[in-house]
Amino acid sequence: MTYITKPQLHHPQLKPNALGYTRRDYEGAVSTLCAGCGHDSISSAIIQACYELDLPPHRVAKLSGIGCSSKTPDYFLGNSHGFNTVHGRMPSVLTGANLANRDLIYLGVSGDGDSASIGLGQFAHSIRRGVNMLYIVENNGVYGLTKGQFSATSDKGSKSKKGVINHDAGIDLVSLALQMGATFVARSFSGDKNQLVPLIKAALSHKGAAFIDCISPCVQFNNHAGSTKSYDYVREHNEAVNRMDLVPARTPITIDYAPGETVPVAQHDGSILHLHKLAEHYDPSDRVGALAYLQARQALGEIVTGLLFLDPEARDLHENLGTVDVPLNSLGERELSPGAAALARINASLR
Amino acid sequence: MPLEALNDFVVKFANVNGSGSASANSMFAKAILRMGVPVAARNIFPSNIQGLPTWFEVRVTEAGHLGRRGGVDLMVAMNPQTWDRDVAEIEPGGYLFYDSTKPLPPSKFRDDVTVVGVPLTAMCNAAYQIPRERQLFKNIIYVGALAALLDIEMGVIEQLLGEQFAGKDRLIAANVAALHMGRDYVAQNLSPLRLRVRRADRVGDRIFVEGNAAAALGAVYGGATVCAWYPITPSTSLAEAFTSYCEDLRTDPETGKARYAIVQAEDEIASIGVVVGAGWNGARAFTATSGPGVSLMTEFIGLSYFAEIPAVIFDVQRGGPSTGMPTRTQQADLLAAAYAGHGDTKHPLLLPADPGECFEMGAQAFDLADRLQTTVFVMLDLDIGMNEWLTQPFEWDDARALDRGKVMTYDDLEAGRDFGRYLEVDGDGIPYRTYPGTHPTKGGYFTRGTSRNPYARYSEEGAVYVGNMERLLRKFDTARRLVPGPIARNATRATRDGVIYFGSSTPAVHEALGSLEHAGLHLDALRVRGFPFADEIFDFIAAHDRVFVIEQNRDAQLRTLLINEGEIDPSRLTAVLHYDGTPITARFITDAVTRLMSERRPMPEAAE
Ligand SMILES: Cc1ncc(C[n+]2csc(CCOP(=O)(O)OP(=O)(O)O)c2C)c(N)n1
Ligand code: SF4
Repeated sequence: MTYITKPQLHHPQLKPNALGYTRRDYEGAVSTLCAGCGHDSISSAIIQACYELDLPPHRVAKLSGIGCSSKTPDYFLGNSHGFNTVHGRMPSVLTGANLANRDLIYLGVSGDGDSASIGLGQFAHSIRRGVNMLYIVENNGVYGLTKGQFSATSDKGSKSKKGVINHDAGIDLVSLALQMGATFVARSFSGDKNQLVPLIKAALSHKGAAFIDCISPCVQFNNHAGSTKSYDYVREHNEAVNRMDLVPARTPITIDYAPGETVPVAQHDGSILHLHKLAEHYDPSDRVGALAYLQARQALGEIVTGLLFLDPEARDLHENLGTVDVPLNSLGERELSPGAAALARINASLR
Repeated sequence: MPLEALNDFVVKFANVNGSGSASANSMFAKAILRMGVPVAARNIFPSNIQGLPTWFEVRVTEAGHLGRRGGVDLMVAMNPQTWDRDVAEIEPGGYLFYDSTKPLPPSKFRDDVTVVGVPLTAMCNAAYQIPRERQLFKNIIYVGALAALLDIEMGVIEQLLGEQFAGKDRLIAANVAALHMGRDYVAQNLSPLRLRVRRADRVGDRIFVEGNAAAALGAVYGGATVCAWYPITPSTSLAEAFTSYCEDLRTDPETGKARYAIVQAEDEIASIGVVVGAGWNGARAFTATSGPGVSLMTEFIGLSYFAEIPAVIFDVQRGGPSTGMPTRTQQADLLAAAYAGHGDTKHPLLLPADPGECFEMGAQAFDLADRLQTTVFVMLDLDIGMNEWLTQPFEWDDARALDRGKVMTYDDLEAGRDFGRYLEVDGDGIPYRTYPGTHPTKGGYFTRGTSRNPYARYSEEGAVYVGNMERLLRKFDTARRLVPGPIARNATRATRDGVIYFGSSTPAVHEALGSLEHAGLHLDALRVRGFPFADEIFDFIAAHDRVFVIEQNRDAQLRTLLINEGEIDPSRLTAVLHYDGTPITARFITDAVTRLMSERRPMPEAAE
């Protein structure tokens, strides 16, 4: 099997964004995933979000673990550097990359097997450190690449393709992210682009650990009756607490909003989130309330989606470590080597 | 006859962990150093915080032998728990110093050992009320008593106390008083021993420092900006030293911000993951660990090899596996480090022999990792890492530039240079890389394990894989010329016998070589400093009929590596192995080599 290059045919009518790039410039290699796989829709939402945000594709560093979901960074942002790391360990690699160069935009893509099983520890720790990133889990409740075993996010009582019932409790990554201190937490569905694209845009603009749990049905192994991660189940049980759009920092803010229904939230970078409340009592600035709400709805079999928590004043790992403003990888010997004179003083102190 | 020696004897302190003896013992060693007499000091400590036996051995050695000699001339027996074995360890004619507050039956002593009793507990109980003071000052009192018995200059110790408690005059005065209490007791009740220290001029400008601190400083000078680590004895003090050196030396003077990032990760897997991520993104990054950490890091080390990402690992070796031996020294991770990974992997190793080399190699490792785009191990061990050794002062040439290896810049890409991340360009097996974010349309690539072609595009074709694996071998061959070469020491007479050794065994081997020569056994010697092995190492083996390979592990790991990499007939290499967890001694090596040489089968030439 070899890589398939995408034909370089450009539709003449493709609309360029502020940087002069068309949507095509945000694409990558041709996907090798199954037709209908939710992961491909997420790739497409990422492409759309980056295009709409006018991000220079090469300033995005995309990292993943191992799994069908983790293969996807090959299929978007073809001019970006990508890193398909090892199973479950993307968060630490992303953390290191972020430490080396704080100026890039970090996008971590992972699967629920990758993040909730082998990588649960790294997932939790990268979030509690406040690494400035967007971490997306393409959550299909199953191991796709190894052919259909239950993953740790499979709901208790859900049924595999072969009819086996899952007896273990499922891990809810959204609750975990909230507990670990993520400062942007959302859930969405690969089949709901209108919700997903703005969420990705807002998360990419967020400075701090942003997490999106994106339900992404596996048509091969987890799209049957009895699965709680199938297209049908999610469509029937999706409860969106809000809808939003993002007004990037440089766009003049002209849109009016009706008080009571739409809440404006200013992000650190000057961008504004317009959050249209759908669930009446839902408050996305209340971490504890969000947890309680999620659990209450989950007990009813509902899947809550939307922006679940946001702290627009978040601090990130670099701020916590007090690192210099320039990327560490740009420092040269003059800044790094303390020199022979300092060494002479150290020698003297050791006699 | 009681032993008599001037500036050449071994003192061992037997204490209880947690009793505060460590700083008193180390002050004793430093006082002798300040008198210009070299010392070799070794901590032998338990893997707990309180209550278990701990020893500190100080070798006073005007001749400058910095390894352990073997045997003890003066035992300072402060731990009743280990009394019997401590007394048994004393050389015939040696001395036993003890707390004579409580009488002990004659069966507890030896006829051939001179006993020196000082009623330390009684003195402390009389002078101090607070239990902790009684404990701490007891240590200072015995230092004062020993100084008087051995003729160590009191002024030197007072000066050290002044430095240690700088600015705290009350503490200085109290410690000096305790010191004098010990000294005065000896003056009034005992006579000096026949072991004596006399001012000499043999230390020169050498420094006294731990290998871990030296390696950490090397990392600072080598330009490391990212460190991720997880606590494990004996490597923890390396990361801690890096932290404090960075705070001092790497803070931007104008903004007060850090030109470094240090993360105490959740485990070793995350530590090396952070290092790999930072290395991929163009920063110099390292972790410090020990054998159990290396085993956890193995998956990432394999990825670093195949994806060709620079990383530096300081492996401070100890006895395996996870409990019981973590505070004992060994050179037992050689094979695990050399071949860590899955699939066919091998990694450069640097093998420092003292803190001076820990500094040099600590800095050099980052140039090598960038140049070779792979994981480079610096193999310390507990003995070098956690003991203070007398070593050459650190040196740095301000003209030295960081070698960032083959990195294509925006301008290179603009100029139209063909970029294939895994493309062989220069015949040395080392491809070019770009840092993420370099250019809007050129130089971006997707990093993964082996399944890709020279342009980093996905491929599972056999020939593509094999081509890549062969290039990696060429790269390893390039590494052979870049790692530090071996250092030879020829015997004073032509000989067909040789020894090969490395790392912390070095000073003991050198001393043993002297003793063996004295006994008429001549051996050429070669100290290995890097892996992959330089050709000189195999030439040395070929030039000798029999080569002893001296190392501190059970399975003769260096010997195995030599046999494997050089396709050497195993019968040509004789293992001399020391692995009880204590640092190897010159006496052990001399005895082992002497015995093996006397057992020697006649060589074919000799049989004619
Ligand atoms: C250390 C290790 N263990 C096991 C595997 C095998 N493995 C590859 S992908 C995968 C599961 C992926 O599941 P998930 O993250 O949910 O992604 P999906 O394929 O469902 O998108 C496993 C177990 C591996 N690559 N590495
Ligand atoms: S196996 Fe499932 S997760 Fe993998 S590509 Fe196919 S549909 Fe997607």
